[in-house]
Amino acid sequence: MLVDSIAALGRGVLDSLTRLGRGHLLLADILRGSGEIFRHPRLLGEQIVNIGVLSLLIVGVSGLFVGMVLALQGYYVLNQFGAEESLGVMVAASLVRELGPVVTALLVAGRAGSALTAEIGLMKATEQLSGLEMMAVDPVRRVLTPRFYGGVLAMPMLAAIFSAVGILGGYFVGVGLLGVDDGAFWSQMQAKIDFAEDVVNGVIKSLAFGIVVTWIALFQGYDSVPTSIGVSRSTTRSVVHAALVVLGLDFVLTALMFGD
Amino acid sequence: MKDNGSRSKAPGASTPAVTTGDSQPAASPRVPKPLVRIRGLTYRRGSLVVFEDLDLDIQRGAVTAVMGPSGTGKTTLLKLITGQLRPDAGSIEVDGLNIQGLDKPQLFKLRRRMGMLFQSNALLTDLSVFDNVAYPLREHTDLSPSMLRKVVLLKLEAVGLRGARDLMPSALSGGMARRAALARAIALDPMMILYDEPFTGQDPISMGVLIALIRHLNDAAGLTSIVVSHDVRETASIADYLYVISQGRIIAQGSPAEVEADDSEWVRQFMGGLPDGPVHFHYPGPPLAQDLLRRSAA
Ligand SMILES: Nc1ncnc2c1ncn2[C@@H]1O[C@H](COP(=O)(O)OP(=O)(O)OP(=O)(O)O)[C@@H](O)[C@H]1O
Ligand SMILES: [Mg+2]
Repeated sequence: MLVDSIAALGRGVLDSLTRLGRGHLLLADILRGSGEIFRHPRLLGEQIVNIGVLSLLIVGVSGLFVGMVLALQGYYVLNQFGAEESLGVMVAASLVRELGPVVTALLVAGRAGSALTAEIGLMKATEQLSGLEMMAVDPVRRVLTPRFYGGVLAMPMLAAIFSAVGILGGYFVGVGLLGVDDGAFWSQMQAKIDFAEDVVNGVIKSLAFGIVVTWIALFQGYDSVPTSIGVSRSTTRSVVHAALVVLGLDFVLTALMFGD
Repeated sequence: MKDNGSRSKAPGASTPAVTTGDSQPAASPRVPKPLVRIRGLTYRRGSLVVFEDLDLDIQRGAVTAVMGPSGTGKTTLLKLITGQLRPDAGSIEVDGLNIQGLDKPQLFKLRRRMGMLFQSNALLTDLSVFDNVAYPLREHTDLSPSMLRKVVLLKLEAVGLRGARDLMPSALSGGMARRAALARAIALDPMMILYDEPFTGQDPISMGVLIALIRHLNDAAGLTSIVVSHDVRETASIADYLYVISQGRIIAQGSPAEVEADDSEWVRQFMGGLPDGPVHFHYPGPPLAQDLLRRSAA
Protein backbone atom coordinates (compact mmCIF):
# COMPACT_ATOMS: atom_id res chain seq x y z
CA MET A 1 0.00 0.00 0.00
CA LEU A 2 2.60 2.49 1.11
CA VAL A 3 5.05 1.18 -1.47
CA ASP A 4 2.39 1.59 -4.14
CA SER A 5 1.75 5.20 -3.35
CA ILE A 6 5.47 5.96 -3.20
CA ALA A 7 5.88 4.26 -6.57
CA ALA A 8 2.98 6.27 -7.98
CA LEU A 9 4.50 9.47 -6.64
CA GLY A 10 7.85 8.61 -8.19
CA ARG A 11 6.20 7.79 -11.49
CA GLY A 12 4.38 11.11 -11.44
CA VAL A 13 7.57 13.04 -10.76
CA LEU A 14 9.43 11.17 -13.50
CA ASP A 15 6.59 11.81 -15.93
CA SER A 16 6.63 15.52 -15.20
CA LEU A 17 10.39 15.67 -15.54
CA THR A 18 10.42 13.88 -18.90
CA ARG A 19 7.62 16.11 -20.11
CA LEU A 20 9.61 19.14 -19.03
CA GLY A 21 12.57 17.74 -20.94
CA ARG A 22 10.50 17.15 -24.06
CA GLY A 23 9.18 20.69 -23.77
CA HIS A 24 12.67 22.14 -23.77
CA LEU A 25 13.74 19.95 -26.68
CA LEU A 26 10.75 21.20 -28.63
CA LEU A 27 11.61 24.81 -27.80
CA ALA A 28 15.17 24.23 -29.00
CA ASP A 29 13.78 22.71 -32.19
CA ILE A 30 11.44 25.67 -32.71
CA LEU A 31 14.30 28.13 -32.21
CA ARG A 32 16.57 26.18 -34.55
CA GLY A 33 13.93 26.68 -37.22
CA SER A 34 13.98 30.47 -36.79
CA GLY A 35 15.49 30.89 -40.25
CA GLU A 36 12.15 29.77 -41.65
CA ILE A 37 10.71 33.12 -40.55
CA PHE A 38 12.94 34.94 -43.00
CA ARG A 39 12.35 32.48 -45.79
CA HIS A 40 8.58 32.67 -45.40
CA PRO A 41 7.76 36.03 -43.81
CA ARG A 42 4.14 35.63 -44.88
CA LEU A 43 3.66 32.69 -42.52
CA LEU A 44 4.78 34.88 -39.61
CA GLY A 45 2.58 37.80 -40.67
CA GLU A 46 -0.42 35.50 -40.89
CA GLN A 47 0.19 34.18 -37.38
CA ILE A 48 0.67 37.63 -35.81
CA VAL A 49 -2.63 38.69 -37.34
CA ASN A 50 -4.26 35.40 -36.42
CA ILE A 51 -3.22 35.45 -32.76
CA GLY A 52 -3.57 39.22 -32.41
CA VAL A 53 -7.01 39.41 -33.96
CA LEU A 54 -8.23 36.44 -31.95
CA SER A 55 -7.45 38.27 -28.73
CA LEU A 56 -8.00 41.89 -29.72
CA LEU A 57 -11.60 42.31 -28.66
CA ILE A 58 -11.30 40.60 -25.30
CA VAL A 59 -8.05 42.44 -24.55
CA GLY A 60 -9.56 45.82 -25.44
CA VAL A 61 -12.75 45.34 -23.46
CA SER A 62 -10.91 43.97 -20.42
CA GLY A 63 -8.43 46.85 -20.58
CA LEU A 64 -11.25 49.37 -20.52
CA PHE A 65 -12.90 47.86 -17.46
CA VAL A 66 -9.66 47.27 -15.58
CA GLY A 67 -8.71 50.92 -16.15
CA MET A 68 -12.09 52.11 -14.96
CA VAL A 69 -11.96 50.00 -11.81
CA LEU A 70 -8.40 51.15 -11.10
CA ALA A 71 -9.56 54.77 -11.26
CA LEU A 72 -12.44 54.12 -8.88
CA GLN A 73 -10.33 52.26 -6.34
CA GLY A 74 -7.36 54.60 -6.69
CA TYR A 75 -9.49 57.65 -6.23
CA TYR A 76 -10.86 56.25 -2.98
CA VAL A 77 -7.36 55.85 -1.51
CA LEU A 78 -5.73 58.94 -2.99
CA ASN A 79 -8.64 61.13 -1.98
CA GLN A 80 -7.96 60.39 1.69
CA PHE A 81 -4.55 62.03 1.33
CA GLY A 82 -5.78 64.81 -0.91
CA ALA A 83 -3.63 63.42 -3.70
CA GLU A 84 -6.31 62.70 -6.29
CA GLU A 85 -4.26 64.64 -8.90
CA SER A 86 -1.92 61.64 -8.90
CA LEU A 87 -4.69 59.39 -10.13
CA GLY A 88 -3.30 59.43 -13.69
CA VAL A 89 0.12 58.27 -12.49
CA MET A 90 -1.35 55.53 -10.41
CA VAL A 91 -3.55 54.17 -13.17
CA ALA A 92 -0.82 54.35 -15.80
CA ALA A 93 1.90 52.86 -13.60
CA SER A 94 -0.28 49.94 -12.51
CA LEU A 95 -1.26 49.23 -16.08
CA VAL A 96 2.07 49.62 -17.82
CA ARG A 97 4.20 47.90 -15.21
CA GLU A 98 1.92 45.17 -14.02
CA LEU A 99 -1.64 44.68 -15.11
CA GLY A 100 -1.13 45.28 -18.81
CA PRO A 101 1.43 42.50 -19.34
CA VAL A 102 -0.05 40.06 -16.80
CA VAL A 103 -3.75 40.31 -17.58
CA THR A 104 -3.05 40.38 -21.32
CA ALA A 105 -0.97 37.22 -20.99
CA LEU A 106 -3.77 35.50 -19.04
CA LEU A 107 -6.34 36.55 -21.62
CA VAL A 108 -4.17 35.49 -24.56
CA ALA A 109 -3.52 32.13 -22.90
CA GLY A 110 -7.26 31.59 -22.59
CA ARG A 111 -8.19 32.90 -26.01
CA ALA A 112 -5.37 32.30 -28.50
CA GLY A 113 -3.30 29.79 -26.51
CA SER A 114 -6.11 27.30 -26.13
CA ALA A 115 -6.92 27.68 -29.83
CA LEU A 116 -3.29 26.98 -30.73
CA THR A 117 -3.20 23.88 -28.56
CA ALA A 118 -6.41 22.53 -30.04
CA GLU A 119 -5.26 23.27 -33.58
CA ILE A 120 -1.90 21.53 -33.19
CA GLY A 121 -3.41 18.66 -31.19
CA LEU A 122 -6.03 18.05 -33.87
CA MET A 123 -3.43 18.23 -36.60
CA LYS A 124 -1.55 15.55 -34.72
CA ALA A 125 -4.64 13.42 -34.09
CA THR A 126 -5.64 13.53 -37.76
CA GLU A 127 -2.08 12.65 -38.82
CA GLN A 128 -1.63 15.95 -40.64
CA LEU A 129 1.70 16.42 -38.90
CA SER A 130 2.84 12.93 -39.98
CA GLY A 131 1.55 13.75 -43.44
CA LEU A 132 3.79 16.80 -43.56
CA GLU A 133 6.74 14.72 -42.42
CA MET A 134 6.09 12.25 -45.18
CA MET A 135 6.08 15.12 -47.66
CA ALA A 136 9.56 15.91 -46.36
CA VAL A 137 8.31 19.06 -44.64
CA ASP A 138 9.37 19.57 -41.03
CA PRO A 139 6.16 20.29 -39.11
CA VAL A 140 8.03 21.99 -36.28
CA ARG A 141 9.57 24.53 -38.63
CA ARG A 142 6.62 24.96 -40.89
CA VAL A 143 3.76 24.88 -38.39
CA LEU A 144 5.17 25.58 -34.92
CA THR A 145 7.92 28.14 -35.49
CA PRO A 146 5.74 30.79 -37.21
CA ARG A 147 3.07 30.38 -34.54
CA PHE A 148 5.67 30.75 -31.83
CA TYR A 149 7.07 34.01 -33.15
CA GLY A 150 3.58 35.18 -33.99
CA GLY A 151 2.56 34.76 -30.35
CA VAL A 152 5.77 36.29 -28.99
CA LEU A 153 5.43 39.40 -31.16
CA ALA A 154 1.68 39.80 -30.79
CA MET A 155 1.85 39.80 -26.99
CA PRO A 156 3.58 43.19 -26.45
CA MET A 157 1.31 44.80 -28.99
CA LEU A 158 -1.76 43.45 -27.23
CA ALA A 159 -0.37 44.51 -23.85
CA ALA A 160 0.20 48.03 -25.23
CA ILE A 161 -3.38 48.14 -26.47
CA PHE A 162 -4.60 46.89 -23.09
CA SER A 163 -2.69 49.61 -21.23
CA ALA A 164 -3.71 52.37 -23.64
CA VAL A 165 -7.38 51.48 -23.50
CA GLY A 166 -7.10 51.07 -19.72
CA ILE A 167 -5.66 54.57 -19.29
CA LEU A 168 -8.53 55.95 -21.36
CA GLY A 169 -10.96 54.05 -19.13
CA GLY A 170 -9.26 55.53 -16.08
CA TYR A 171 -9.53 58.95 -17.63
CA PHE A 172 -13.26 58.64 -18.28
CA VAL A 173 -13.95 57.56 -14.71
CA GLY A 174 -11.40 59.81 -12.96
CA VAL A 175 -11.89 63.01 -14.91
CA GLY A 176 -15.36 62.53 -16.34
CA LEU A 177 -17.08 60.93 -13.38
CA LEU A 178 -15.12 61.77 -10.24
CA GLY A 179 -14.04 65.28 -11.24
CA VAL A 180 -10.25 64.95 -11.11
CA ASP A 181 -8.53 67.87 -12.85
CA ASP A 182 -8.03 67.13 -16.53
CA GLY A 183 -4.62 68.80 -16.86
CA ALA A 184 -3.25 67.30 -13.66
CA PHE A 185 -4.29 63.80 -14.71
CA TRP A 186 -2.18 63.91 -17.88
CA SER A 187 0.71 66.18 -16.82
CA GLN A 188 1.47 64.19 -13.67
CA MET A 189 1.37 61.01 -15.70
CA GLN A 190 3.76 62.51 -18.23
CA ALA A 191 6.13 63.70 -15.51
CA LYS A 192 6.22 60.57 -13.34
CA ILE A 193 6.06 57.67 -15.76
CA ASP A 194 9.61 56.87 -16.87
CA PHE A 195 10.10 55.38 -20.30
CA ALA A 196 13.04 53.09 -19.47
CA GLU A 197 11.91 52.18 -15.97
CA ASP A 198 8.23 51.62 -16.61
CA VAL A 199 7.45 51.19 -20.28
CA VAL A 200 10.51 49.19 -21.33
CA ASN A 201 10.24 46.89 -18.33
CA GLY A 202 6.58 46.33 -19.16
CA VAL A 203 7.48 45.41 -22.72
CA ILE A 204 10.19 43.02 -21.50
CA LYS A 205 7.63 41.38 -19.24
CA SER A 206 5.12 40.90 -21.98
CA LEU A 207 7.77 39.51 -24.33
CA ALA A 208 8.69 36.98 -21.66
CA PHE A 209 5.01 36.13 -21.16
CA GLY A 210 4.59 35.83 -24.90
CA ILE A 211 7.38 33.27 -24.99
CA VAL A 212 6.03 31.09 -22.17
CA VAL A 213 2.36 31.29 -23.15
CA THR A 214 2.97 30.40 -26.79
CA TRP A 215 5.56 27.79 -25.95
CA ILE A 216 3.26 26.06 -23.47
CA ALA A 217 0.35 26.20 -25.90
CA LEU A 218 2.37 24.72 -28.76
CA PHE A 219 4.00 22.06 -26.60
CA GLN A 220 0.69 20.93 -25.12
CA GLY A 221 -0.73 20.57 -28.62
CA TYR A 222 2.33 18.83 -30.02
CA ASP A 223 2.62 16.49 -27.04
CA SER A 224 -1.08 15.74 -26.72
CA VAL A 225 -2.46 12.21 -26.76
CA PRO A 226 -3.93 11.98 -30.28
CA THR A 227 -7.54 11.34 -29.25
CA SER A 228 -10.52 13.63 -28.57
CA ILE A 229 -10.08 13.37 -24.82
CA GLY A 230 -6.34 13.77 -25.14
CA VAL A 231 -6.68 17.01 -27.11
CA SER A 232 -9.32 18.39 -24.76
CA ARG A 233 -7.14 17.62 -21.72
CA SER A 234 -4.15 19.28 -23.36
CA THR A 235 -6.20 22.36 -24.11
CA THR A 236 -7.23 22.70 -20.49
CA ARG A 237 -3.69 22.03 -19.33
CA SER A 238 -2.35 24.62 -21.73
CA VAL A 239 -4.46 27.38 -20.11
CA VAL A 240 -3.84 26.27 -16.52
CA HIS A 241 -0.09 25.87 -16.90
CA ALA A 242 0.25 29.12 -18.81
CA ALA A 243 -1.67 31.04 -16.13
CA LEU A 244 0.41 29.60 -13.29
CA VAL A 245 3.70 30.15 -15.06
CA VAL A 246 2.77 33.72 -16.00
CA LEU A 247 1.90 34.62 -12.43
CA GLY A 248 5.00 32.97 -11.01
CA LEU A 249 7.25 34.50 -13.62
CA ASP A 250 5.68 37.89 -13.00
CA PHE A 251 6.74 37.75 -9.38
CA VAL A 252 10.31 36.87 -10.35
CA LEU A 253 10.53 39.56 -13.02
CA THR A 254 8.97 42.20 -10.79
CA ALA A 255 11.44 41.38 -8.01
CA LEU A 256 14.33 41.67 -10.47
CA MET A 257 13.13 44.88 -12.12
CA PHE A 258 11.55 46.93 -9.38
CA GLY A 259 12.52 45.14 -6.18
CA ASP A 260 15.37 47.27 -4.89
CA MET B 1 -7.74 -6.67 -64.10
CA LYS B 2 -4.75 -8.60 -65.31
CA ASP B 3 -4.45 -12.15 -64.20
CA ASN B 4 -1.68 -13.05 -61.87
CA GLY B 5 -0.17 -15.52 -64.28
CA SER B 6 1.02 -12.80 -66.62
CA ARG B 7 3.22 -11.48 -63.89
CA SER B 8 4.80 -14.73 -62.93
CA LYS B 9 8.24 -13.14 -63.15
CA ALA B 10 7.32 -11.47 -59.92
CA PRO B 11 10.00 -11.47 -57.25
CA GLY B 12 10.70 -14.79 -55.74
CA ALA B 13 7.88 -16.38 -57.62
CA SER B 14 9.99 -19.47 -57.97
CA THR B 15 10.16 -19.90 -54.22
CA PRO B 16 7.34 -21.97 -52.82
CA ALA B 17 5.14 -20.44 -50.20
CA VAL B 18 6.96 -20.54 -46.92
CA THR B 19 5.02 -21.20 -43.80
CA THR B 20 5.35 -20.57 -40.12
CA GLY B 21 8.76 -20.47 -38.59
CA ASP B 22 10.93 -20.21 -41.68
CA SER B 23 10.81 -16.62 -42.82
CA GLN B 24 13.75 -16.81 -45.23
CA PRO B 25 13.21 -14.05 -47.81
CA ALA B 26 12.92 -14.86 -51.45
CA ALA B 27 16.26 -13.45 -52.52
CA SER B 28 18.27 -15.35 -55.06
CA PRO B 29 21.41 -13.99 -56.74
CA ARG B 30 19.69 -13.52 -60.09
CA VAL B 31 16.89 -11.34 -58.74
CA PRO B 32 17.79 -7.60 -58.88
CA LYS B 33 18.52 -5.89 -55.61
CA PRO B 34 15.27 -5.17 -53.77
CA LEU B 35 14.19 -1.59 -53.22
CA VAL B 36 13.44 -2.23 -49.56
CA ARG B 37 15.43 -4.77 -47.64
CA ILE B 38 14.50 -5.54 -44.04
CA ARG B 39 16.65 -7.87 -41.95
CA GLY B 40 16.19 -9.00 -38.39
CA LEU B 41 13.67 -6.27 -37.62
CA THR B 42 12.52 -6.17 -34.02
CA TYR B 43 10.14 -3.52 -32.76
CA ARG B 44 8.43 -3.23 -29.40
CA ARG B 45 5.75 -1.00 -27.95
CA GLY B 46 6.35 -1.18 -24.23
CA SER B 47 5.95 -4.85 -23.38
CA LEU B 48 4.15 -5.62 -26.65
CA VAL B 49 6.44 -7.16 -29.26
CA VAL B 50 5.11 -5.91 -32.59
CA PHE B 51 7.83 -7.45 -34.77
CA GLU B 52 10.33 -10.11 -33.90
CA ASP B 53 13.31 -10.80 -36.15
CA LEU B 54 11.42 -10.01 -39.34
CA ASP B 55 13.03 -10.37 -42.79
CA LEU B 56 11.18 -8.86 -45.73
CA ASP B 57 12.03 -7.67 -49.25
CA ILE B 58 10.14 -5.32 -51.53
CA GLN B 59 11.15 -5.82 -55.16
CA ARG B 60 11.43 -2.94 -57.60
CA GLY B 61 8.60 -2.38 -60.02
CA ALA B 62 6.24 -4.78 -58.30
CA VAL B 63 3.13 -4.43 -56.19
CA THR B 64 3.91 -6.10 -52.91
CA ALA B 65 1.11 -6.64 -50.45
CA VAL B 66 1.48 -7.10 -46.73
CA MET B 67 -1.58 -8.63 -45.17
CA GLY B 68 -2.46 -9.52 -41.66
CA PRO B 69 -5.23 -9.12 -39.13
CA SER B 70 -5.97 -5.82 -37.47
CA GLY B 71 -3.33 -4.80 -34.98
CA THR B 72 -0.48 -6.95 -36.30
CA GLY B 73 1.59 -3.88 -37.05
CA LYS B 74 1.01 -3.20 -40.73
CA THR B 75 0.86 0.55 -40.23
CA THR B 76 3.84 0.26 -37.92
CA LEU B 77 5.76 -1.51 -40.69
CA LEU B 78 5.12 1.36 -43.11
CA LYS B 79 6.18 3.88 -40.49
CA LEU B 80 9.37 1.93 -39.92
CA ILE B 81 10.13 1.81 -43.65
CA THR B 82 9.60 5.56 -43.98
CA GLY B 83 11.69 6.35 -40.93
CA GLN B 84 8.86 7.73 -38.81
CA LEU B 85 9.63 5.10 -36.20
CA ARG B 86 12.97 3.59 -35.25
CA PRO B 87 13.42 -0.17 -34.92
CA ASP B 88 14.75 -1.66 -31.68
CA ALA B 89 16.98 -4.02 -33.64
CA GLY B 90 17.69 -5.00 -37.21
CA SER B 91 18.22 -2.99 -40.36
CA ILE B 92 15.97 -1.38 -42.93
CA GLU B 93 17.48 -0.39 -46.26
CA VAL B 94 15.61 1.66 -48.82
CA ASP B 95 17.28 1.98 -52.21
CA GLY B 96 20.58 0.99 -50.63
CA LEU B 97 20.35 3.56 -47.82
CA ASN B 98 20.19 2.41 -44.24
CA ILE B 99 17.25 4.31 -42.76
CA GLN B 100 18.60 4.43 -39.21
CA GLY B 101 21.90 5.86 -40.41
CA LEU B 102 20.32 8.89 -42.07
CA ASP B 103 20.18 12.32 -40.48
CA LYS B 104 17.09 14.46 -40.91
CA PRO B 105 18.03 16.22 -44.18
CA GLN B 106 19.01 12.91 -45.76
CA LEU B 107 15.84 11.27 -44.55
CA PHE B 108 13.75 14.14 -45.92
CA LYS B 109 15.57 13.86 -49.24
CA LEU B 110 14.71 10.18 -49.40
CA ARG B 111 11.09 10.86 -48.43
CA ARG B 112 10.63 13.12 -51.42
CA ARG B 113 10.96 9.94 -53.45
CA MET B 114 8.36 8.10 -51.38
CA GLY B 115 4.65 8.78 -51.36
CA MET B 116 2.52 7.52 -48.52
CA LEU B 117 -1.22 7.17 -48.46
CA PHE B 118 -2.25 7.32 -44.82
CA GLN B 119 -5.01 5.21 -43.36
CA SER B 120 -6.65 8.51 -42.33
CA ASN B 121 -5.68 10.31 -45.58
CA ALA B 122 -3.91 13.05 -43.57
CA LEU B 123 -5.11 15.82 -45.90
CA LEU B 124 -4.43 19.32 -44.61
CA THR B 125 -7.90 20.36 -43.55
CA ASP B 126 -7.49 24.09 -44.07
CA LEU B 127 -6.36 23.77 -47.69
CA SER B 128 -8.49 22.94 -50.73
CA VAL B 129 -7.94 19.77 -52.73
CA PHE B 130 -5.91 21.75 -55.27
CA ASP B 131 -3.68 23.30 -52.62
CA ASN B 132 -3.21 19.96 -50.90
CA VAL B 133 -1.89 18.41 -54.09
CA ALA B 134 0.15 21.53 -54.84
CA TYR B 135 1.69 21.55 -51.35
CA PRO B 136 4.63 19.19 -51.93
CA LEU B 137 5.27 20.80 -55.32
CA ARG B 138 5.39 24.28 -53.82
CA GLU B 139 7.70 23.00 -51.10
CA HIS B 140 10.18 21.13 -53.20
CA THR B 141 10.12 22.49 -56.74
CA ASP B 142 10.48 25.89 -58.40
CA LEU B 143 7.65 25.39 -60.87
CA SER B 144 6.10 28.58 -62.20
CA PRO B 145 2.49 29.08 -61.12
CA SER B 146 1.12 28.16 -64.54
CA MET B 147 3.31 25.04 -64.72
CA LEU B 148 2.35 24.10 -61.17
CA ARG B 149 -1.31 24.43 -62.06
CA LYS B 150 -0.88 22.11 -65.02
CA VAL B 151 0.94 19.48 -62.99
CA VAL B 152 -1.67 19.57 -60.22
CA LEU B 153 -4.52 19.32 -62.72
CA LEU B 154 -2.86 16.33 -64.37
CA LYS B 155 -2.42 14.58 -61.04
CA LEU B 156 -6.05 15.29 -60.16
CA GLU B 157 -7.13 14.07 -63.57
CA ALA B 158 -5.30 10.80 -62.93
CA VAL B 159 -7.49 10.18 -59.88
CA GLY B 160 -10.62 11.63 -61.44
CA LEU B 161 -10.93 14.65 -59.15
CA ARG B 162 -10.09 17.50 -61.50
CA GLY B 163 -13.62 18.83 -61.10
CA ALA B 164 -13.40 18.71 -57.29
CA ARG B 165 -10.25 20.80 -57.03
CA ASP B 166 -11.86 23.71 -55.18
CA LEU B 167 -13.55 21.59 -52.52
CA MET B 168 -12.25 21.55 -48.97
CA PRO B 169 -11.31 18.15 -47.50
CA SER B 170 -14.29 18.28 -45.14
CA ALA B 171 -16.58 18.38 -48.17
CA LEU B 172 -15.17 15.17 -49.67
CA SER B 173 -16.62 11.70 -49.33
CA GLY B 174 -14.35 9.01 -47.92
CA GLY B 175 -13.58 7.66 -51.36
CA MET B 176 -12.84 11.10 -52.79
CA ALA B 177 -10.61 11.98 -49.87
CA ARG B 178 -8.67 8.78 -50.42
CA ARG B 179 -8.14 9.66 -54.07
CA ALA B 180 -7.19 13.26 -53.26
CA ALA B 181 -4.59 11.94 -50.84
CA LEU B 182 -3.36 9.60 -53.56
CA ALA B 183 -2.99 12.52 -55.98
CA ARG B 184 -0.91 14.29 -53.35
CA ALA B 185 1.20 11.20 -52.75
CA ILE B 186 2.12 11.00 -56.44
CA ALA B 187 2.63 14.74 -56.87
CA LEU B 188 6.40 14.52 -56.75
CA ASP B 189 6.55 11.42 -58.99
CA PRO B 190 7.96 9.17 -56.26
CA MET B 191 9.83 5.93 -56.87
CA MET B 192 7.67 4.12 -54.35
CA ILE B 193 4.17 4.50 -52.93
CA LEU B 194 3.07 3.02 -49.65
CA TYR B 195 -0.65 2.43 -49.31
CA ASP B 196 -2.04 1.99 -45.81
CA GLU B 197 -5.38 0.20 -46.04
CA PRO B 198 -6.43 1.82 -49.31
CA PHE B 199 -9.68 -0.16 -49.51
CA THR B 200 -11.24 0.30 -46.08
CA GLY B 201 -14.54 2.12 -46.14
CA GLN B 202 -14.80 2.21 -49.93
CA ASP B 203 -17.92 1.28 -51.88
CA PRO B 204 -17.51 -1.43 -54.56
CA ILE B 205 -17.15 1.14 -57.32
CA SER B 206 -14.46 3.27 -55.72
CA MET B 207 -12.82 0.04 -54.57
CA GLY B 208 -12.60 -1.02 -58.20
CA VAL B 209 -11.35 2.42 -59.18
CA LEU B 210 -8.65 2.27 -56.52
CA ILE B 211 -7.55 -1.22 -57.48
CA ALA B 212 -7.23 -0.15 -61.11
CA LEU B 213 -5.43 3.05 -60.08
CA ILE B 214 -2.85 1.31 -57.91
CA ARG B 215 -2.04 -1.19 -60.65
CA HIS B 216 -2.05 1.47 -63.36
CA LEU B 217 0.16 3.91 -61.46
CA ASN B 218 2.57 1.14 -60.68
CA ASP B 219 2.91 -0.12 -64.25
CA ALA B 220 2.60 3.16 -66.15
CA ALA B 221 5.09 5.11 -64.08
CA GLY B 222 7.39 2.23 -63.23
CA LEU B 223 6.77 2.64 -59.52
CA THR B 224 7.19 0.25 -56.68
CA SER B 225 4.11 -0.18 -54.54
CA ILE B 226 3.55 -1.55 -51.08
CA VAL B 227 -0.07 -2.22 -50.21
CA VAL B 228 -0.89 -2.93 -46.62
CA SER B 229 -4.34 -4.32 -46.07
CA HIS B 230 -6.59 -6.88 -44.51
CA ASP B 231 -8.95 -6.98 -47.47
CA VAL B 232 -7.82 -10.36 -48.74
CA ARG B 233 -9.50 -10.64 -52.10
CA GLU B 234 -8.91 -7.10 -53.35
CA THR B 235 -5.31 -7.13 -52.25
CA ALA B 236 -4.57 -10.52 -53.73
CA SER B 237 -6.05 -9.38 -57.04
CA ILE B 238 -3.45 -6.66 -57.58
CA ALA B 239 -0.42 -7.99 -55.78
CA ASP B 240 2.59 -9.55 -57.50
CA TYR B 241 3.88 -10.83 -54.22
CA LEU B 242 2.20 -11.36 -50.87
CA TYR B 243 3.40 -11.42 -47.31
CA VAL B 244 1.05 -12.55 -44.59
CA ILE B 245 2.13 -11.47 -41.14
CA SER B 246 0.71 -12.33 -37.78
CA GLN B 247 2.00 -11.79 -34.28
CA GLY B 248 5.21 -10.20 -35.42
CA ARG B 249 6.33 -12.85 -37.90
CA ILE B 250 5.80 -13.76 -41.51
CA ILE B 251 3.59 -16.82 -41.69
CA ALA B 252 3.30 -17.08 -45.45
CA GLN B 253 4.73 -15.45 -48.53
CA GLY B 254 4.72 -15.97 -52.26
CA SER B 255 2.62 -15.11 -55.29
CA PRO B 256 -1.12 -14.81 -54.58
CA ALA B 257 -1.72 -18.26 -56.08
CA GLU B 258 0.95 -19.81 -53.87
CA VAL B 259 -0.35 -18.22 -50.70
CA GLU B 260 -3.89 -19.19 -51.66
CA ALA B 261 -2.71 -22.79 -52.02
CA ASP B 262 -0.91 -22.74 -48.69
CA ASP B 263 -2.38 -25.43 -46.53
CA SER B 264 -1.41 -24.20 -43.08
CA GLU B 265 -4.49 -23.87 -40.95
CA TRP B 266 -3.82 -20.26 -40.05
CA VAL B 267 -3.35 -19.07 -43.63
CA ARG B 268 -6.49 -20.92 -44.72
CA GLN B 269 -8.48 -19.22 -41.99
CA PHE B 270 -7.17 -15.77 -42.87
CA MET B 271 -7.43 -16.06 -46.62
CA GLY B 272 -10.83 -17.72 -46.46
CA GLY B 273 -12.15 -15.37 -43.80
CA LEU B 274 -13.34 -18.23 -41.57
CA PRO B 275 -14.74 -17.02 -38.25
CA ASP B 276 -12.98 -19.58 -36.11
CA GLY B 277 -9.75 -21.48 -36.39
CA PRO B 278 -6.31 -20.92 -34.90
CA VAL B 279 -7.33 -17.27 -34.50
CA HIS B 280 -10.30 -17.20 -32.18
CA PHE B 281 -13.24 -14.92 -32.61
CA HIS B 282 -13.66 -14.69 -28.84
CA TYR B 283 -11.30 -12.83 -26.61
CA PRO B 284 -10.23 -15.28 -23.87
CA GLY B 285 -12.64 -15.45 -20.93
CA PRO B 286 -14.71 -17.83 -18.78
CA PRO B 287 -17.56 -19.75 -20.46
CA LEU B 288 -20.62 -17.65 -21.25
CA ALA B 289 -23.02 -19.58 -18.99
CA GLN B 290 -20.72 -19.22 -16.03
CA ASP B 291 -20.40 -15.48 -16.66
CA LEU B 292 -24.15 -15.00 -17.00
CA LEU B 293 -25.05 -16.94 -13.88
CA ARG B 294 -22.50 -15.37 -11.62
CA ARG B 295 -23.90 -12.75 -9.30
CA SER B 296 -22.34 -9.44 -10.16
CA ALA B 297 -20.23 -8.02 -7.40
CA ALA B 298 -21.28 -4.46 -8.13
N1 LIG C 1 1.10 4.81 -30.16
C1 LIG C 1 1.01 3.53 -29.76
N2 LIG C 1 1.23 3.21 -28.47
C2 LIG C 1 1.17 1.94 -28.07
N3 LIG C 1 0.88 0.90 -28.85
C3 LIG C 1 0.63 1.14 -30.15
C4 LIG C 1 0.69 2.47 -30.67
N4 LIG C 1 0.44 2.42 -31.98
C5 LIG C 1 0.22 1.12 -32.26
N5 LIG C 1 0.34 0.35 -31.16
C6 LIG C 1 0.19 -1.10 -31.09
O1 LIG C 1 1.00 -1.67 -32.08
C7 LIG C 1 0.32 -2.73 -32.71
C8 LIG C 1 0.35 -2.52 -34.20
O2 LIG C 1 -0.41 -1.38 -34.54
P1 LIG C 1 -0.68 -0.99 -36.06
O3 LIG C 1 -1.39 0.29 -36.06
O4 LIG C 1 0.60 -1.05 -36.80
O5 LIG C 1 -1.64 -2.16 -36.54
P2 LIG C 1 -2.26 -2.42 -37.96
O6 LIG C 1 -1.78 -3.73 -38.40
O7 LIG C 1 -1.99 -1.25 -38.85
O8 LIG C 1 -3.80 -2.51 -37.63
P3 LIG C 1 -5.06 -2.05 -38.52
O9 LIG C 1 -5.23 -3.07 -39.55
O10 LIG C 1 -6.19 -2.05 -37.54
O11 LIG C 1 -4.73 -0.69 -39.05
C9 LIG C 1 -1.10 -2.76 -32.15
O12 LIG C 1 -1.19 -3.85 -31.30
C10 LIG C 1 -1.24 -1.49 -31.41
O13 LIG C 1 -1.98 -1.73 -30.23
MG1 LIG D 1 -3.12 0.24 -39.66
